[in-house]
Amino acid sequence: MNRTVPAWRSAVLSLVLLALFLGAWELAAGTGAGGSGEAVDPEYAALVGQAAATGGQTPFPRPSEIGARLWELLRDPFYVRGTNDQGIGVQIAYSLLRVGAGFGIAALVAIPLGFLIGMSPLLSGALNPFIQVLRPVSPLAWMPLALYTIKDSAISSVFVIFICSLWPMLLNTAFGVAGVRREWLNVARTLEAGTWRTAFRVILPAAAPTILTGARISVGIAWLVIVAAEMLVGGTGIGYWVWNQWNNLSLADIVIAILLIGVVGLLLDRLLGALARGVAWQD
Amino acid sequence: MHGDYVSVEGVSRRYPGHVVFRDLHFGVRRGEFVCLVGHSGCGKTTVLNILAGLDAPDGGGVIVDGQEITGPSLDRAVIFQSHALMPWLTAQGNVAFALSCRHRGWPRARVREAARAALEKVGLGGAADRKPSQLSGGMKQRVGIARALALDPKMLLMDEPFSALDALTRGALQDEVARLVAEANQTAFMITHDVDEAILLADRILLMTNGPDARVAEVVVNTLPKPRTRAALHKLPGYHPLRDHVMDFLLTRSRTLAGAPAPGWDAKAPPEVRPAAGAPPLGAAAE
Repeated sequence: MNRTVPAWRSAVLSLVLLALFLGAWELAAGTGAGGSGEAVDPEYAALVGQAAATGGQTPFPRPSEIGARLWELLRDPFYVRGTNDQGIGVQIAYSLLRVGAGFGIAALVAIPLGFLIGMSPLLSGALNPFIQVLRPVSPLAWMPLALYTIKDSAISSVFVIFICSLWPMLLNTAFGVAGVRREWLNVARTLEAGTWRTAFRVILPAAAPTILTGARISVGIAWLVIVAAEMLVGGTGIGYWVWNQWNNLSLADIVIAILLIGVVGLLLDRLLGALARGVAWQD
Repeated sequence: MHGDYVSVEGVSRRYPGHVVFRDLHFGVRRGEFVCLVGHSGCGKTTVLNILAGLDAPDGGGVIVDGQEITGPSLDRAVIFQSHALMPWLTAQGNVAFALSCRHRGWPRARVREAARAALEKVGLGGAADRKPSQLSGGMKQRVGIARALALDPKMLLMDEPFSALDALTRGALQDEVARLVAEANQTAFMITHDVDEAILLADRILLMTNGPDARVAEVVVNTLPKPRTRAALHKLPGYHPLRDHVMDFLLTRSRTLAGAPAPGWDAKAPPEVRPAAGAPPLGAAAE
């Protein structure tokens, strides 16, 4: 962009686009759900649902219905009424907890290991083939092995998050550490700074922006993967909740889940972005 | 070369099929300022890195204070050509980092105070809390100078420290370094290709021929009286013969003497000339 546009103008345009989109949706969904006047046995309808009983499809929810349902869900997000009926806030919290645990463990492994790989061309060459083969594997492919070895579905999903968060942080740390400027290392050497002081006071701050870029990518992937992982293992979490609402044919809930997953993902990204700005330096 | 603080003895740098320089001999006495002048490609920076301990020679060795060096030392502070400040630290943080390496036991407050004092010495007391990206090129190099001098090193090594600066800033910094070095009676070794800079600062100027197989062709003794300032330098008697001699070397003799030593030239004792003292240049007589 050559010119800067005032923030309020783009905000107004955003709102207009949103209103147009929701309005079109409301109209389209409203006309599509026109009544099929077939008579069905009311008892059968009560059992399988009106739509299934008439042989038609569940009408796609209109934005107004979704809005009402969203309000309903957000009014009491943290209720727990048994294992299969918990508030949406509780489900998101479970997912965040798993992402946090998997990502945290991945950071604890990836950053020191990335340091070693970045500092040692020998180690870099030796480990590179493994990393290159394992990195493109979908993290969900690890799930059966995790379930077999760990025998606990909750921990298995944490493991899957660990695996998918590992690679971007590992590669970025190694890249950032290997790219630390020779002149800074020479300064550290002439100051007889020693290994640890050089690692923590020179290499770490120099590579921190690159490392945090890796962490930001990792968190994004982890949040993508947790939904799929929870769909597989079930129990709790926003992914499980989505699958549950699909089984209930609650399309409005699924739309709401998509929205909330997006918002939480955005917040996670912003959080890591703020951290990255904190360690950024300008040459 | 007994009595020298630093003694470079037969140092060489070779690559397969290519000799950058070999059998380099020279010394630096305590409190002396020595400049190495030569064209790029003759291995000047390598010589400095070997003196700093950042690079190892392929042959020969360097004796400092009676001991052969094996690596970098806090006793030999380096002022880098590219200032080499850490951009995530403030000016004061950069100096403080060096000080905390020098004095491991010092409390933080003492390090901070000493860092500020070092910056004030180079006229940067007011910019102590600024990051390098907020400083001009000359100010950055001042921080680099403050960082090196704060270490109170036994020797100062400078690799074309002013070559990236504009002419005015360079002049001001040259005067400043001349003053600081004289005040501390600092032993110093500097690489440069700026003739006036060498004449202003150096007690002895080593003239290096072009590479490959570069050699110290002769040693120019600067007999101009000290203290010298840039403003008065060109009015000193003897300045012009001295400058002409070094210029002649850089413009023609560094090329003609490359690979073909003058008769009687000895790697261990290159001829000393004193153009400013009115003595006939020995090198010219040998041609």
